[in-house]
Amino acid sequence: MDALIPPLLNGSAQGALLLLAALGLSLTFGQMGVINMAHGEFLMIGAFTAYLVQQVIDSSDLSIPVALPVAFVVAGLFGLLLEVSIIQWMYRRPLDTLLVTVGVSLILQQAALQIFPSQGVPVEKPGWLDGQLTVLGYDWPLRQVFTILLATVCVAALAAWLKYTSFGRRIRATVHNRDLAETAGISTRTVDRLTFFVGSGLAGVAGVAASLIGGTNSTMGAQYIIPAFLVVAAGGIGQLKGTIIAALGVGVGLSCFAYWTTGSLAQVLAFILVIVFLQVRPQGLFTVRTRSLV
Amino acid sequence: MSTTSKRLRTLVAAGAIGTTVALVLAGCGAKAGDETPGGSAAASSCVDTSGDTIKLGFLNSLTGGMAISEKTVSNVLHMAADEINASGGILKKKIKYVQEDGATDWPTFAEKTEKLLTQDCVGAIFGGWTSSSRKAVKPVVEKNNGLFFYPVQYEGLEASPNIYYTGATTNQQIIPAMDFLASKGVKNLFLAGSDYVFPRTANAIIKLYAAKLGIKIVGEEYVPLDKDDWTTQVAKIKAAKPDFIFNTINGSSNVGFIKAYYDAGLTAATTPIISVSIAEEEAPAMGHEVTGHYASWNYFQSLKTDTNQKFIDSWKAYPNSSGVTSDPMEAAYISLYLYKALVEAAGSFDVTAVNAAAKKNAITFAAPEGTVTLDGENHHISKPGHIGQINASKQFDIVWSSDAFIKPDPFLKGYDWFPANVRDQLVKAAG
Repeated sequence: MDALIPPLLNGSAQGALLLLAALGLSLTFGQMGVINMAHGEFLMIGAFTAYLVQQVIDSSDLSIPVALPVAFVVAGLFGLLLEVSIIQWMYRRPLDTLLVTVGVSLILQQAALQIFPSQGVPVEKPGWLDGQLTVLGYDWPLRQVFTILLATVCVAALAAWLKYTSFGRRIRATVHNRDLAETAGISTRTVDRLTFFVGSGLAGVAGVAASLIGGTNSTMGAQYIIPAFLVVAAGGIGQLKGTIIAALGVGVGLSCFAYWTTGSLAQVLAFILVIVFLQVRPQGLFTVRTRSLV
Repeated sequence: MSTTSKRLRTLVAAGAIGTTVALVLAGCGAKAGDETPGGSAAASSCVDTSGDTIKLGFLNSLTGGMAISEKTVSNVLHMAADEINASGGILKKKIKYVQEDGATDWPTFAEKTEKLLTQDCVGAIFGGWTSSSRKAVKPVVEKNNGLFFYPVQYEGLEASPNIYYTGATTNQQIIPAMDFLASKGVKNLFLAGSDYVFPRTANAIIKLYAAKLGIKIVGEEYVPLDKDDWTTQVAKIKAAKPDFIFNTINGSSNVGFIKAYYDAGLTAATTPIISVSIAEEEAPAMGHEVTGHYASWNYFQSLKTDTNQKFIDSWKAYPNSSGVTSDPMEAAYISLYLYKALVEAAGSFDVTAVNAAAKKNAITFAAPEGTVTLDGENHHISKPGHIGQINASKQFDIVWSSDAFIKPDPFLKGYDWFPANVRDQLVKAAG
């Protein structure tokens, strides 16, 4: 049990953070075929937002809850700006979006380096996250519990929004069949923008959670973008459940390997597993079934 | 969905995997940009010493991940150049510096070195931070018979006629830290490091010395340099119940380590940390108070020496200054003054003449850490060993110091517990 409980619990928390980072990618990739390499920088923007909010609100007990919605909006607006200024001219040219967004990510990183101290900025954890929850003899840091709760709330809200609102229905219609959705009178342009806003906003929320785990600096986004893309690829596109299961799988896998072997070997092993999985099931865990001919 | 998106997904996965493999390889100390020396004979120097200026090259990463650390080194080099110019220059020639960006990319470091030496014709190059950058520069300065001044503590086991090392080698930082731990009566030690050549080599040395000191190593953990999440590894550390943690983690991964450490309920009172990469600049950026933990360096802002206060005041007044001074900054500051002293002793900017002047073992500089002496054989400098404890104002109180300045011994030849076969192995592994 001693060898199983810590990696399972911490892996779930790691997976929860990956999930928050991957949700937006899954949405924009699934719906628009956009490979957004700047998504990690939206996460960074969320983390810097947490820092800025902490400069205004002194108490970290209060500033982190306030930072969550603020980071959602700020990162979302950056996403919207990217969509309106660049991405919208590149739909259905996924390779071009990949190249352009790599450029955007470098620009955003350098901008952060110019604006903020180069060592990175400190984001303080709220006092109510001090302490541990003892689960079967393991003192599980409360911060990990918080990450899982945060991801659960975000996913539930997103799922409900997709399922029960008219905007959500329009998004799902566009994912299923863009041409048919347009024929039915849906403005897919508006839907695209909204999706980009929500997807980037979720990365902002992930950024606040990440600022409690590691450093807040110009290069922090880079360490999340690759595992997030793996999650999207392994999970299959267009469906939330695939992303959720893949994120938890990658998170728990990474943590178990890190606990049983070493932190470096864990990265290699987890990637090998995903490669093997994609060989067996190239379409990912789940796919959207359509009757379209292409 | 369509076949396009299937192909796309494979593409994304392939790209992601490729990048990670590359990162892991780089982390293993691959010698990116390493060129085979030899072939062309040493180029004759094109350094222009006829005018009233001397050109020098500064090579620091101003963009990319390492800009976090190297921007400060670049700034302090500019400050030292301004100071030297204000006091008359080197051999009455004003320094005219060419600043180049290494961009956190080791082949770029090699290319820019070549450019600085053969096109800008600089007298010497100052900079670098990671060992990978130094190893990329090394063959190029050797081929062109140039000079490179490297300002960061590192894993040792290296000496080049074309490189001067002004940061600590292992016997000036790692060994003093172990002596301090032994004096505190530490019995069980845990080693936590980033996964690249410095922590791996440092820990190999620590394990050998610990065996001699009777300290038990209860665990050893590494996380890649570009990963911040230490939660899982800290769970292992906590389970091993060490009395002390030896931290060789570098960069922002330190922030993740400190956060995971406190989140797991560990404290400085029960399981203190001794670090070799957390200094005055890093301590306030952890997002958690770090009072009570230790660091091993040769310079602290709190040191009381004849020259330190002046150094601190000049730095605080300098544009773009971070407001605090730290060991790597001070080593970079030394490097430019050491070059000045060497050239003035040689009476020439010629590399052969400079190296001949170094051989006399008489080059000294009244540095902020005290008067350092250059070792003409291995091109390292003598340094005092200090252990600082972090106080509430994020500065370091000095709690332990070496008896005297420690002579540099990059190959640890003066330590009987360090076997020759291990040395050969480590030298080979470090490339």
